[in-house]
Amino acid sequence: MSDVIATNQTILVVGGGISGVTAAIEAAECGKQVILVEKNPSLGGRVSQLYKYFPKLCFPSCGMEINLRRMKANRNLNILTMTEVSAVSGESGNYSVTLKTSPRYVNENCTACGECEKAVESEFDSEYDYGMKKRKGAYLPFNMSYPQRYVIDPAMIGTPDAQNAKNACKYGAIDLDMQESETTLTVGAIVWATGWQPYDADKIQPYGHDRYDNVVSSVEFERMLDPFGPTGGKIVRPSDGKEAKDVAFIQCAGSRDRNHLSHCSRICCMATLKQTTYLREKYADDFKASVYYIDIRAIDRIDDFYQKVQDDENVSFIKSKVASITEDKDTGNPVLHGVDTEGYNRYDNPHDLVVLAVGMEPSVSKDSFPIDVVVNDSGFIEADEKNGGIFAAGCSSDALDVNRAVQSATASALRAIQVVNRVAGTEG
Amino acid sequence: MSDEIKVGAYICKGCGLGERLDCGQLATIAEREGKANLVREHDFLCNAEGVAMIQNDIDNEGVNKVMIAACSRRSKTEAFNFENVAISRANLREGVIWVRPDEDEARELTQEMAADYVRMGCAEIKYMTLPHVSEEAASNNSLLVVGGGIVGMTAAIEAAAAGYPVTLVEKGGVLGGSAHDEYKRIPESMPYADPEDTGVADMVAKVQADSKITVHLNSTTTKTSGAPGRFSADISTESGSTTTENFGAIIMASGARNYDASQLPELGYGKTPDVVDQAGLEKLAMEANGGPIKRPSDGKEVGNVVFVQCAGQRSTEEGHLPYCSGHCCLTSIKQAMYFKDQNPQIDTNIIYSDLRTPGAGGEDFYRSGQQKGITFTKGKVSEVTVGANGPEVKFNDLILDQQVNEKADLVVLATGQIPNSGVDIDLPVAAADEDVDLDNLVPEVKVDSILNLTYRQGPDLPHLKYGFNDSHFICFPYETRRTGIYSAGPVRRPMDMAQAKEDATGAALKAIQALENAKLGRAAHPRSGDLSFPSFRKEGCTQCKRCTVECPFGAIDEDEERYPQFNEARCRRCGTCMGACPVRVISFENYSVETVGQQLKNVDIPDEFDEKPRILVLACENDAYPALDMAAQNGNHYSPFARVIPVRCLGSVNTIWVTDALNSGYDGIILMGCQKGENYQCHFVKGSEIAHVRMSKIDDTLQSLSLEEERVSTYEVAITDIERAPQLINDMAETVERVGMSPFKF
Repeated sequence: MSDVIATNQTILVVGGGISGVTAAIEAAECGKQVILVEKNPSLGGRVSQLYKYFPKLCFPSCGMEINLRRMKANRNLNILTMTEVSAVSGESGNYSVTLKTSPRYVNENCTACGECEKAVESEFDSEYDYGMKKRKGAYLPFNMSYPQRYVIDPAMIGTPDAQNAKNACKYGAIDLDMQESETTLTVGAIVWATGWQPYDADKIQPYGHDRYDNVVSSVEFERMLDPFGPTGGKIVRPSDGKEAKDVAFIQCAGSRDRNHLSHCSRICCMATLKQTTYLREKYADDFKASVYYIDIRAIDRIDDFYQKVQDDENVSFIKSKVASITEDKDTGNPVLHGVDTEGYNRYDNPHDLVVLAVGMEPSVSKDSFPIDVVVNDSGFIEADEKNGGIFAAGCSSDALDVNRAVQSATASALRAIQVVNRVAGTEG
Repeated sequence: MSDEIKVGAYICKGCGLGERLDCGQLATIAEREGKANLVREHDFLCNAEGVAMIQNDIDNEGVNKVMIAACSRRSKTEAFNFENVAISRANLREGVIWVRPDEDEARELTQEMAADYVRMGCAEIKYMTLPHVSEEAASNNSLLVVGGGIVGMTAAIEAAAAGYPVTLVEKGGVLGGSAHDEYKRIPESMPYADPEDTGVADMVAKVQADSKITVHLNSTTTKTSGAPGRFSADISTESGSTTTENFGAIIMASGARNYDASQLPELGYGKTPDVVDQAGLEKLAMEANGGPIKRPSDGKEVGNVVFVQCAGQRSTEEGHLPYCSGHCCLTSIKQAMYFKDQNPQIDTNIIYSDLRTPGAGGEDFYRSGQQKGITFTKGKVSEVTVGANGPEVKFNDLILDQQVNEKADLVVLATGQIPNSGVDIDLPVAAADEDVDLDNLVPEVKVDSILNLTYRQGPDLPHLKYGFNDSHFICFPYETRRTGIYSAGPVRRPMDMAQAKEDATGAALKAIQALENAKLGRAAHPRSGDLSFPSFRKEGCTQCKRCTVECPFGAIDEDEERYPQFNEARCRRCGTCMGACPVRVISFENYSVETVGQQLKNVDIPDEFDEKPRILVLACENDAYPALDMAAQNGNHYSPFARVIPVRCLGSVNTIWVTDALNSGYDGIILMGCQKGENYQCHFVKGSEIAHVRMSKIDDTLQSLSLEEERVSTYEVAITDIERAPQLINDMAETVERVGMSPFKF
């Protein structure tokens, strides 16, 4: 990291998901010096864990490939992974930031040949698969990881397996003595793009995500569709591996709820509509999807996607906030209890699998920002002059879909450029 | 640097290449057949020492073309990023050893595969030159913003704040657009509880005070020509005077207009003045200015108001809008508050099907509305009639499942937004000089052009869906099909004021980026930074116009002599023109009919009786090629007879490559491009589609050669087709086995 040069005309982008990556590339392609930091071993963020995007049902890795190409070709961009911002001080045009980099135990000599992975036995829960799958202790987080460089799990350090990995590497790429390092840089503006995390479904107690195998969250369901994922691309029940063909989707799981997230997470309705198409993709006409909802928020011109799903006879919509879920012990079926508010009919509906459309909450909690920023009740950063040269991008500013997050990131890049251009103007 | 071409070929032995391949033989091939001037092997080419070795040869040995035989061009790109030299990559790792079993019996074919890739790499680099900057590269820091509403003003203010001068052109006599006629706006900051001042006056003052912004009122853009960095626009006033100015880039912020509510007689609009649309209510609120809002018919203070959501929208009925306008739910809550904040006793009922108040601010505002006593009813309005004392709303209350007839003093219809996106250039009427079937013309609606582009492909930005000038890409909302021109605000997709401002700021960034790119002759994404551009050999051109018609970005015009005029800064370097050209006179310095054609010609074609077929795979570099790389990474094997060449876009595939390949004895040919059609994934919009059309005509060639049709296949392949892409190759290998070897091996 010692070779990173930064001045108060440099833009720091915090977070390497699609918003941070976009802000960084867009600014760099305007000719600005940019440092992009990401706390995980790879760029990509949440979108890299998605099977498809709504409403086009296209693949997120396609856009990521373009963005990777843009990054590889750009000399204005400096990318630091496994790095977090531990402290920020100063003001617009002149911030001092302290970056803390965790050891990857693999240096730039790595060719991603994969020999270290073959040499180790230890396995850990895969973060990429929300713990639904194991990965090795020497691993590439996912197919399109960038940098395309292996990682050694810190828990493996000091074990014989770590030595096995090192011995398997012919290129001197594994350095088991690598230490955490810290560096302090000067930057002019900061784009804050730390994104979101899925709301912890276990907290919605009546739904039993922590008790019933066949109640999964929407992000876990999404992982099932990855051919390289935990179920090899099959929609199956975690309890018994049987095909799940009768699937319930519960909207606003944690969102629009004073006990959980008071905001609307915006994406969950469209995500569920999208996920009903996965059922059709896998099971043709042999499936049933039931969507329990308050309002279907398929906003603006993509409402036609909702109209299309409504036309699917195998998908039904029930206006109801589900009260609770119990489990039928004999079948393992989750049973949904509640009242259909259109006509006030009580129901006790069993399904093969329940998907909780969990909300988005900001990754960085309200009181954990390294510098004071104006944050609203939901924890999103407000656009406020008091934030000086710090600009929120993407889901750190509000619950946004990918398209809007990228818009927001592009706008933030300009706001950051305004600051560094002002600095350049006064300093020449 | 001298003009002498010196090719350095570098063969890596790392990642198992040294063990799996006879690298010495590959080096000999590079030297003898590839005619490389300097050949070196290295144990670990991408490490600091290997890279330094190559750099040293560039600096001291005069190497100006570098052929690297190692891993995929997608790997170690940063390490092998040498400046001022042309670079080609022979993919021996992902393309050869990783897709082949590590067994002794496989060795011979694996080696032959590697040898061919070395031949191909050497052939490509021979015909590739380092692009020099376009002579058309031009520097102009000024932005043209068309439209002086919230969006246009925001774009102007934000661009000016970054130091770029802006000219703002507004058709009307005042700035502010539709927001100018609004009483208050939806809140944009904590606590998101009450309507707030629109901020329009402040914004207008800011625009007027900004020395970097020039405003033209009562003006339109009557002619726009040029390209990023050198746009020229005629700005004409109503009175007829015109000034011509030059700009680096353009933002189109022409906004949206209100849906004509008189198309909704069933909802009472036009039958009584007491049924208004949302714009009408804003007007009433402005007149009341904080006092009681009065109904238009008799001036009675409104005591009961009903809002009908989704009026004439989210509906497939003829004349209705099929989409949701995004802002109307929040707008109705805001308007209901106009009543409640003035007098909490007024009944306000919002009848909706889905209430759409997204995000933190949206939901807080909704809750604030509930606290203020606004009634929200899930229902479907069937009719608004005119009763003795005012309008009556008939609706089905979906919660109580009963028909209700609610009397109101005033009814507000939440109608939608229609984009002011100018002329739909894809309508057949645009092709005035072609033979058009007059019966099939859509009824002519006179639409004024917004930009009046002099582009060969039409005067405005292409529309996407429902008339919006949106981007088709989720990841790239500012993708434009007219480089350097960005649409922003509700002309792009329906949106509220806060989103429109965010959108305007993003568009301003992209416009600035476009003019910065133009200064250096750089391409915009997806081939960001590419300095190459199409050039053509005029003597050979037959003026067939295919390139000018097929360019997905409208980059090519025709000059006075009817030759193509390329407008380099508009070009996105996809090569669709090159693929289109029947006489093959179009090329890029780093990508041409030769750089690919020579690769396929330099593959060793064994004798028919060797039973070693050759399958040519032309794969889109963004999706199919990475899919094959990832297949290799995951240990998927495929036929050793395949030879894969990445192409910029399937649109760049000139059928001569296919014909040449067939004539040289290839047994099968596979083209892999992106998804085409309505939900296209092709990054160059039409490339994949065009390629499929071109290839549908290849059967004639096959027939004339008496070859089987199944020898050539074109597929849509996604980047996630990690298992399917190798399978397609294996399928072709089986096909070849079935139909037999090509007889054209000489």
